[in-house]
Amino acid sequence: MIEELATTDQGDLVINVGPQHPSTHGVLHLVLTLNGETIKKVEPHLGYIHRSIEKMCESLSYRQFIYVTSRMDYLSSHINNHACALCVEKGLQVEIPPRAQVIRVLMDELTRMASHILWWGALGLDLGAITPFFHAFREREAINDIMEETCGTRLTMNYMVPGGVMNDIHPNFQHRVHAFIDLFKSKMDEYDELLTNNVIFRARARGVGILSAEDAISYGCTGAVARGSGVRCDIRKLYPYEIYDKLRFEEILETGCDSYARYMVRMKEMRQSLFIVEQLIDNIPDGEFQAKTKLVLKLPKGEFYSRVETARGELGVYIVSEGGTTPYRFKFRSPGFSNLNALDHMARGQKIGDLIAIMGSLDLVIPDIDR
Amino acid sequence: MKPERNMSNEELKSVLGDINPSLVFEEDSEWLNMFIEPAGWLPFAIQIRTAVNLSFDYLFCLTCVDWKTHLTIVYHLSSTTWRHNIVIKSKLDRNNPEIESVTGIWKTADFHEREVYELFGVKFLHHPDLRKLILPDEWTGFPLRKDYEDPVNMIKL
Repeated sequence: MIEELATTDQGDLVINVGPQHPSTHGVLHLVLTLNGETIKKVEPHLGYIHRSIEKMCESLSYRQFIYVTSRMDYLSSHINNHACALCVEKGLQVEIPPRAQVIRVLMDELTRMASHILWWGALGLDLGAITPFFHAFREREAINDIMEETCGTRLTMNYMVPGGVMNDIHPNFQHRVHAFIDLFKSKMDEYDELLTNNVIFRARARGVGILSAEDAISYGCTGAVARGSGVRCDIRKLYPYEIYDKLRFEEILETGCDSYARYMVRMKEMRQSLFIVEQLIDNIPDGEFQAKTKLVLKLPKGEFYSRVETARGELGVYIVSEGGTTPYRFKFRSPGFSNLNALDHMARGQKIGDLIAIMGSLDLVIPDIDR
Repeated sequence: MKPERNMSNEELKSVLGDINPSLVFEEDSEWLNMFIEPAGWLPFAIQIRTAVNLSFDYLFCLTCVDWKTHLTIVYHLSSTTWRHNIVIKSKLDRNNPEIESVTGIWKTADFHEREVYELFGVKFLHHPDLRKLILPDEWTGFPLRKDYEDPVNMIKL
């Protein structure tokens, strides 16, 4: 995918990676400055899938924009919807029924697992291992089937609405999730055998893409990227929402600061998510799945900010309201945008072949970055 | 379980007020909101980043709001040590919006400032590389301003 070859005054080679390159997982365009095989600079160019969601939201009502946000980070669409719903609920000051809270957390954690599974498969593919990709899609399919039955869609769910969830869970839901728990427990060990303990993978991930804890904070990195550098940043623990403060789970921290540490965080997080699902699946309280809200929502004048933990890190939703039926200003603080900011710092001085391993460990989703 | 907070909003208010007496506080939101004059922003930012009892080391959101008469730039800051959050705002002249860049203090400001630059037209002084990030280089106008109309790509519904 080299579109043009150019050299700088110092004789460095400037090449384009993307915007249509299989390893960028979407339309990300990187301009690399290389000295031989060593990376001197990485310059991301964004916007190939920019849909101006923030501007669109300004003319959509508080019920409508949820549908647009599913298209941002399409692997965490439940969690995007959740963040928006939380922000609107903050403005409306409505109490969410306990049943809806539990369903929301269940869906969030299933989404987190599905997202991490896909990342794991794609990371293998980036490093030249094709098998993990097929394994990953097999298990992700099981989660997608669960979602399809309850939400009606497999990718862009639009299931969480202000006040609760769109409709009650399917009668098969608990049965299917139990089946998935049994299936996934055995598969996790298989994942470790396939990739985690693989000598070639370890050699390519260890000591590559170093990001110190100070830099992680300064670059605004969140999610597994920051936790791989030992920075506590899990919103579920620090600023708990819904019922996360009542659940037992660990915030995974690794101190390796390299691609391998970020990999390990996500691998362990999958087990934690499964643990949360196990705690909740037989304890879904009875009752309403949606609080009673007005048909046309109006937020009071003011500013509202909600923070949630998506599979990629901290997602912030900032709504400025003038009291009308549509928001005056809408801002998404997406995790991928800040994480990508640190790529240049992490890749400098590394070999070009390692760039893909570093990008894989960042778990970038391009529509999340572009919005 | 509430996050541990070293300083309440009241304490933050007095400490920050001591650093910059011209701050105007607002307290109707979740976090302590304050307005600062653009000229005093950079020295104030350095102070709150480096002071041990404040150590606002994490800029988690940087954005701008167009109020038709002026632009307001909004910084959401947090401390990873103390877990307190504040929101700092600054009113900018709509015709010639300028403010000092904070890229040197919080590296994440690099991308966020470039985004605000192209979508709102705010010039960040002394930014190391202030170019368009998302839009094509030849794009004219600032799409997130309220008076922006694009006849080709209609997104008004």
